[in-house]
Amino acid sequence: MSAPGKVMDIDEVVGSLESGMTIGIGGWGSRRKPMALVRAICRSDLTDLTVVSYGGPDVGLLCAYGKAKAVVAPFVTLDSVPLEPHFRAARQAGAVAFTEYDEGMFMFGLYAAAHRLPFLPTPAGLGSDVLKVNPHLRTVRSPYHDGPEDGGELIAVPPLKMDAALVHMNRADRRGNAQYLGPDPYMDDLFAKAAGRTYVSCERIVETAGLLKEGPLQSLLISRSHVAGVVETPGGAHFTLGEPDHGRDERFQRLYVESASDPEKWAAFRDRFLSGDEAAYQAAVRAWREGER
Amino acid sequence: MSTGTATRAEVCAAACADLFRGDGEIVAAAVSGMVPALGARLARLTFEPGLLTTDGGPLLTAEPVPLGAPAGDVEGWLPFRDHLWLVLNGRRHVVLGASQMDRYGNSNISCIGDWERPRSQLLGVRGAPGNTKVNTTSYWIPKHSRRVFTEKVDFVSGIGQDRGAHDLRAVVTNLAVLDFATPDRRLRLRSAHPGVSAEEIAESTGFDLVIPGEVPETRVPTGEELRIMREVLDPRGLREREVPS
Repeated sequence: MSAPGKVMDIDEVVGSLESGMTIGIGGWGSRRKPMALVRAICRSDLTDLTVVSYGGPDVGLLCAYGKAKAVVAPFVTLDSVPLEPHFRAARQAGAVAFTEYDEGMFMFGLYAAAHRLPFLPTPAGLGSDVLKVNPHLRTVRSPYHDGPEDGGELIAVPPLKMDAALVHMNRADRRGNAQYLGPDPYMDDLFAKAAGRTYVSCERIVETAGLLKEGPLQSLLISRSHVAGVVETPGGAHFTLGEPDHGRDERFQRLYVESASDPEKWAAFRDRFLSGDEAAYQAAVRAWREGER
Repeated sequence: MSTGTATRAEVCAAACADLFRGDGEIVAAAVSGMVPALGARLARLTFEPGLLTTDGGPLLTAEPVPLGAPAGDVEGWLPFRDHLWLVLNGRRHVVLGASQMDRYGNSNISCIGDWERPRSQLLGVRGAPGNTKVNTTSYWIPKHSRRVFTEKVDFVSGIGQDRGAHDLRAVVTNLAVLDFATPDRRLRLRSAHPGVSAEEIAESTGFDLVIPGEVPETRVPTGEELRIMREVLDPRGLREREVPS
């Protein structure tokens, strides 16, 4: 018998999620974000999500659509545009709760959740206002030494537990083995291990035997044992960086930012790009690109 | 080539290079702008050849590469996860940015106003808490103003001298080089860039900056440093966009 196939479509993935869930989103800033799945959540009737992310336009879009009740993140940025307009607006309107961690603390929260640990200790965050705005955080002391040389206290970062995680990869097979081909895995394997179940969208589904024709053994980042479903979504990371399949669509990202500056422009952007399904989005982007030429 | 012709951006880049003097074989993590990245690569090409520098992404380059150029030969891999581990390892000197900084070097990139409901949401703390706690940290402030240098930061992202910072080396701005070489480790004017007066710097700082009786002038880049910046590392002049002359 062969391993079970896990190919799904976008709406099946989103249909398996529930309001009130904690959802982890892979990638980093405006890099290899599972944007097709995020767009589908925006179209759905899901609400009250807690979003765990090295935040980019994924967080921004979910804020813009009122889907995020809370955000857990060390930053939200579009990289080439430093600030994410919709996240800013949501924070400034008091519309979203925020758990703000240092980047390293956040990674330790992922490692703890991925390995079923109650916490991992780190000095990162000590002395900063991260402790002030996260009163749930506790500190620990080393049981081996108790001198000033150890720095004494360490923050006990609790696990970043998630009901589900969404990641976008370059390749995957039907079983759920997933591969990155760019220069940085980000933390996607940790999200996959930390979450109760993980859905992988990918540029292209290939035969299992073809995976190593695409990239080296080390590029096989996520094992099928951590994956509940696989979706083929070419351009599914658009407009974020999806190297080597495609770069960041900087011009489209700028359009997104400009559109966020004004309710009328945002309504027009939504109508034009986000009112239909993923195929309609990709077609609208192609048409926009033609018009830009 | 006359050294008298250095632009303000070039003076700033040489001052950023000087941040890494004596650092040896560690990663120069210039994460906050073109000028510090140029400074790190300039230091590596001149007086600090052991430094490790990146392509601006996850690649440690075999040689310092021009700003925005492909990595060329690669000597190592530093994806985000390993950057974060390297913070804890400590063989790293980072140059951060700041939207606000107080007299002890506490810095803010998170938000302006009340954190619960900010007047202006900025980036979030990013890696500033951990960086300042365990790495040598410097800052690059391209626009020295009272908005940035303020009595009290609205949110402590990077920790200052009064909160247990590991090693705050210096702050390079478009006007001056500042450090913490006072008995109580408050910000002090180390040198004023050529053409900038101590009065202008004091006027652009929202707290009492420690100003010595004699204010040295920031060194100008050598002829060789200017040649490297202009012909090798930044022929497109990206530094000039960050610090208009």
